Amino acid sequence: MHIELQPRLDPPRWLGVAAPVAAFAVALLIGGLIVALLGKSPLDAFRVYFVDPLTQDWSLEALAVKASPLVLIAVGLCFCFRANLWNIGAEGQFIAGGALGGALALATHGVPHDGPLGGSWILPAMLALGVVGGALYALIPAVLLVTLGVSEILTSLMLVYVARLALDYLVRGPWRDPQGFNFPVSVNFDPDATLPSLVEGASLHAGVLVTLAVVVLAAVVFGRTMLGYEIRIVGAAPRAARFAGFSERKLALAAFALSGGLAGLAGIMEVSGQIGQLQPSISPGYGFTAIIVAFLGRLQPVGILVAGLVLALTYVGGEGAQIALKLPLDVTTAFQGILLICVLGADVVTRYRVRLVGRVLA
Amino acid sequence: MSRPDAAEPEPSPSVRLPAPLVAIRGLSKSFGPVRANQDIDLDVRAGENHALLGENGAGKSTLVKMLYGLLQPSAGEILWQGRPVVLDTPETARSLGIGMVFQHFSLFENLTVSENIALVLPPERQSRLDARIGGLSERYGLKLAPARPVWSLSAGERQRIEIARCLLQDPKLMILDEPTSVLTPQESESLFRILDQLKAEGRALLYISHRLDDVRRLCERATILRGGKVVGTCDPRAETARSMAAQMVGAQIAEVSARHATPGAERFAAVGLSLPAPGLHATALKGVDLAVRGGEVLGIAGVAGNGQDELFAALSGERLAAAPGQIRIDGAPAGRDGVTARRRRGAAFVPEERNGHAAVPGFALSDNLVLSRHATGEVSRGGFLLGRAARAIARKVVESFDVRVGAPDPAARTLSGGNLQKFVVGREILREPGVLVVNQPTWGVDALAGAAIHQAILDLAGRGSAVVIISQDLDELFRLCDRLCVIHAGSLSPATPTAATSRDDVGLRMAGTEVASATAHAH
Repeated sequence: MHIELQPRLDPPRWLGVAAPVAAFAVALLIGGLIVALLGKSPLDAFRVYFVDPLTQDWSLEALAVKASPLVLIAVGLCFCFRANLWNIGAEGQFIAGGALGGALALATHGVPHDGPLGGSWILPAMLALGVVGGALYALIPAVLLVTLGVSEILTSLMLVYVARLALDYLVRGPWRDPQGFNFPVSVNFDPDATLPSLVEGASLHAGVLVTLAVVVLAAVVFGRTMLGYEIRIVGAAPRAARFAGFSERKLALAAFALSGGLAGLAGIMEVSGQIGQLQPSISPGYGFTAIIVAFLGRLQPVGILVAGLVLALTYVGGEGAQIALKLPLDVTTAFQGILLICVLGADVVTRYRVRLVGRVLA
Repeated sequence: MSRPDAAEPEPSPSVRLPAPLVAIRGLSKSFGPVRANQDIDLDVRAGENHALLGENGAGKSTLVKMLYGLLQPSAGEILWQGRPVVLDTPETARSLGIGMVFQHFSLFENLTVSENIALVLPPERQSRLDARIGGLSERYGLKLAPARPVWSLSAGERQRIEIARCLLQDPKLMILDEPTSVLTPQESESLFRILDQLKAEGRALLYISHRLDDVRRLCERATILRGGKVVGTCDPRAETARSMAAQMVGAQIAEVSARHATPGAERFAAVGLSLPAPGLHATALKGVDLAVRGGEVLGIAGVAGNGQDELFAALSGERLAAAPGQIRIDGAPAGRDGVTARRRRGAAFVPEERNGHAAVPGFALSDNLVLSRHATGEVSRGGFLLGRAARAIARKVVESFDVRVGAPDPAARTLSGGNLQKFVVGREILREPGVLVVNQPTWGVDALAGAAIHQAILDLAGRGSAVVIISQDLDELFRLCDRLCVIHAGSLSPATPTAATSRDDVGLRMAGTEVASATAHAH
């Protein structure tokens, strides 16, 4: 008796949608089991995690604000993952973008709005620097990969810790607010360096619109352009890509630059739209959670938009669960991990028919 | 088709034939919805050379894998010397006396001949085994030196290791799957002499080959499979290769008609093309010279692994030459051009491997069209894909080359090998390229599709294009080519007119013999 995987020649289309939905359902069951083992009611937990956040204005806004970086990073990761490049350092690229863009906000701090250096150029320049910072940081593993053949998985992951510690040093040292009572935080950004709110007095910032535009743009790039075609083909069949005349090296650099650029953009938007200053930690692990978002969204920009909202729900709900049910934040992280495993498992079921095979006697 | 034992009344003991060595009764095997074998009946008697014929996908490999215990039948039974047996593993099959020599060798390059043999046998002392190999080698003329490492051996020698492995277990039935596909004609002949001797000892042979002339030389009975079913049995000695092919295909195969073009100016050339080996077990190209004129077909013969893939990569531009002048397309130096730039100069290429090289299995045909046509303008503009144009051209390829598809724009992996090959060849030919370089144009393709591809290639040359065919199939090369050369260990022999070349001559050059003697003459 053994398990046989038979490749499906032509997987039906509905499976592509049903598989992630089923994966989510299975992850819910396992998550419920864990909650029950912790001595809480799984039904209460389900309500706090997945229903309550959808019933109030502030939590819906929080949902959009938390989904925005996840979606942006995951769309960027698509460029790498589709090309079979494993950039798992988006968290570091997010920090690099936030730090470089934030550096401009600190440098222009206190410059009068209508003075010679002040004005509305600061915010766009910060966003651009965020993209550049993320892209350059992502190019480190990419260049090491194409010149020396170093595994991009290891280098991109290790650079996350470098970025974290570097930011930690900067906000404790040179960037620390002198009037901040020795707290390791920078000054608060000026209005010129802050993403405007979409709704008066609410947390919903303009970055959400940028994210939506990027999703549309990325869908066009993947579906309609030669760049998207090249990335798809390098991932699906590298030898065929060579036969087509595409350069794997150039594509690897482009995919990492795009991926890092979008992560950096997410970073600077988080810093200037949500946090409003630089501090030792600017991400609750968005860069890693985005990997789950990318796969749950089937590496399609529109799918990622949906998946980003689902994962943002676990963040917002997770905060509620800490308060209402005294469930530790680790439950949220564990659930996210379970979800990723279920999604990857569902992918196997989509591509293969799984059968238990025994010996057949004549 | 006859079922000798099933329906006849019990004959009297005095006239009863000996029970067949192996009898297959109503054997079926399904893989999901695919019925690879349906209700197969087959007998092999002791001392018989029995051929199993059929096209790719007819079910030959499935059948012999069940006989060797690698697959379990879905229905039916196997009788060994009259008794039903369950062959659940190759060990069981071997213990009964069934041996198999596979088409693809399973040898460790870095081990010696006797170490490779020891791997599949019960443990015994090396010196004793060496002595046994020596005895076997002498008895059958295998010419095996036990201490030689495998990497230093030719394809023919490697195959004799596999045969020795099989013979050391003293099999009563030997299954050989496409044993001559990587051998030169001379190596094939020495294999046949060994097989004659095995037959004389009373061993039975189940012989799979698509080389029908070999089958006529060796076998006295043939079972023909088509679409997973037995469609007939015959005596190959009383048939022609053509009549057997027609039974395999189920239709007459059109004879390819030669074109009448007077060769024009040189359109494609390689001049002193040398490249280091790209990997450990790859081949370096050593000063390759070739020139093809418009309207001409040049064939490159050779045993697999002598640099064919490396040569294709260098001719296509997947690997760049050292200097621009080492490749010329219509007189222009193109050695430093990549594959895209060479396509823009009017060249087109078809690699050997369909899946993952010439085409992406998971992509739709229209996306696969873009693969090699994006450079020549019709399917992309300003960085954007023109999806509608790509679909229209893909449809034209499908119609012009009779590609059988199940949907308007299906994924490449849903096509049969022959149909996908027609698509990837048609994709290039429909562009009317001035130069076509194709590696193994009909490898693993059914005979009807193969004939269509041959005709399309000849027609292209007839319209004034230069064609280079790299192939291990001598029949194909002799049928299509004006001139022939041979690649051996990365060196290309000078081309000779096909009409003035014999198979034996090509065979010797494939084995590297003539090159050696030519060098000797030079001194």
